[in-house]
Amino acid sequence: MTGRSDAVVVSGLTKEFGATRALDGISFRVSPGEIFALLGPNGAGKTTAMRILLTLLRPTAGVARVAGFDVTERPSLVRGLVGWVPQERTADPLLTARENLVFMAGLHHLRPKAARARVTELLQFAGLAGHANRLAADLSGGMRRKLELAMGLVHLPAVLFLDEPTLGLDIGARRSLWAYVRDIRAGGTSVLLTTHYLEEADALCDRVAIIDHGLIMACDTPAALKAAHGASSLDDVFLAATGQDMPDQLPADQLVTS
Amino acid sequence: MTVAEAGLAEQLWLEHRALFGRWLARLRRERLAVLALVAQPLVWLLLFGHLFARMAADAAIPGSDYLRYVTAGAVVMTIFNACLEGGVELLFDRESGFLIRMLATPAHRLAIVTSRFAYLAALTGAQSVVILAAAYALGVRFASGLGGAAACLAIGCLFGAGITALSVGLAFSLRSHAQFFPIVTFAGLPLTFASSALVPLNLMPAWLATLARLNPMTYAIDSLQGLIMHGWQPGSLAGTAAVLAGFDACCLGLAALALRRGMR
Repeated sequence: MTGRSDAVVVSGLTKEFGATRALDGISFRVSPGEIFALLGPNGAGKTTAMRILLTLLRPTAGVARVAGFDVTERPSLVRGLVGWVPQERTADPLLTARENLVFMAGLHHLRPKAARARVTELLQFAGLAGHANRLAADLSGGMRRKLELAMGLVHLPAVLFLDEPTLGLDIGARRSLWAYVRDIRAGGTSVLLTTHYLEEADALCDRVAIIDHGLIMACDTPAALKAAHGASSLDDVFLAATGQDMPDQLPADQLVTS
Repeated sequence: MTVAEAGLAEQLWLEHRALFGRWLARLRRERLAVLALVAQPLVWLLLFGHLFARMAADAAIPGSDYLRYVTAGAVVMTIFNACLEGGVELLFDRESGFLIRMLATPAHRLAIVTSRFAYLAALTGAQSVVILAAAYALGVRFASGLGGAAACLAIGCLFGAGITALSVGLAFSLRSHAQFFPIVTFAGLPLTFASSALVPLNLMPAWLATLARLNPMTYAIDSLQGLIMHGWQPGSLAGTAAVLAGFDACCLGLAALALRRGMR
């Protein structure tokens, strides 16, 4: 099962920063057309795993493949196959929605004519056709987020990476973005996202990996995880899997650090 | 995509086109900045041209016409200032997360920097044309003609490239733009005064003249002054080109070190 067909394959992935082990040999797969979430507390290793898959960090050990290509052996090829929407607001506020998309198309080496056609199509898809010539700075939070997602889609990537896609959005905008992500998947793109919102993972994702201290604590469908832990929500599964039963109470030894 | 992939040359062209277009679009949206870019060099020329003209009349200014003398300085100072600050946009991109998003695309990393060079060369070239045209309107005549004006732009470009490299290197060495501007401001004015921009070396105190002789800006200015006031001097121009090329190579080396650390 070393599938070239898998969108993402991660096997024994380890990353050390000096003496700190950010990832401790994690393994998971994302199937084509799947929406997969990495869930975990801050510092769990989610961002590190994502940055290795995006060729922005080199792993200390282990293998990471995107659409069948090793990220350390074929980085420039992988960069053409992935789309990434970071947590930060990365649309250029001084460019219009259309200009931001055309810009990304250029960085992905789309020829001007193909770029124009693709951008028009994406503006339609993102519901931004009526706002194409507005500056990104003047878009609402939800619209700007959709633009930033669209910027990750100009080159029809095999896998779209979303880092905390709905952070800071109100519930209406969040729901609307979920529908948008489902539409992206319907177009054949796999989606790997990180999120703090367990409700988001539950509602949106086919499978979820709970990651903590650089290890995968659990990996399954939201329904199966809830059943296995006899829990009614992913929150309870999350707390059980990460050992954070009483998140408000700090262990005594952490209170006396000088 | 079913269409054939773009080859390396076409890839470089497409990504530079996109990056250059972004710099230009950002400039267009900053109306006040555009105004400043045109007005500032003219202020240099008019302010210094008239401020020092009376003093200069009593001193041994070569050619005895200070406005004619300071035209070269105004061009080079303008290029110096624009290029010295020119790297800060990359620092803004680092701070906002825009840079790392670009690094995750198939675009060549160096294109992010070279597009900035191309943009600043175009920008300062346009500014230089404005200054030279204004000087002409005020009665300054070029001993080397229109070809000399073109040579002025080429030397300006050669000088600006090194300064841009330093600025880009600085942008990748600092954590935030709050550190960038004090450093640039601190360095800018003394370097301008320790050059032949405003005062010829033979009118300077000996120690300042020595410093000015080590300043690459002096070489650029002297060549421009030669072209404007005395005509073509191929030997001295070749010498300047060699000095500036060496300066550029050193600056690019420093910038490459900073980039290697900052882009990872």
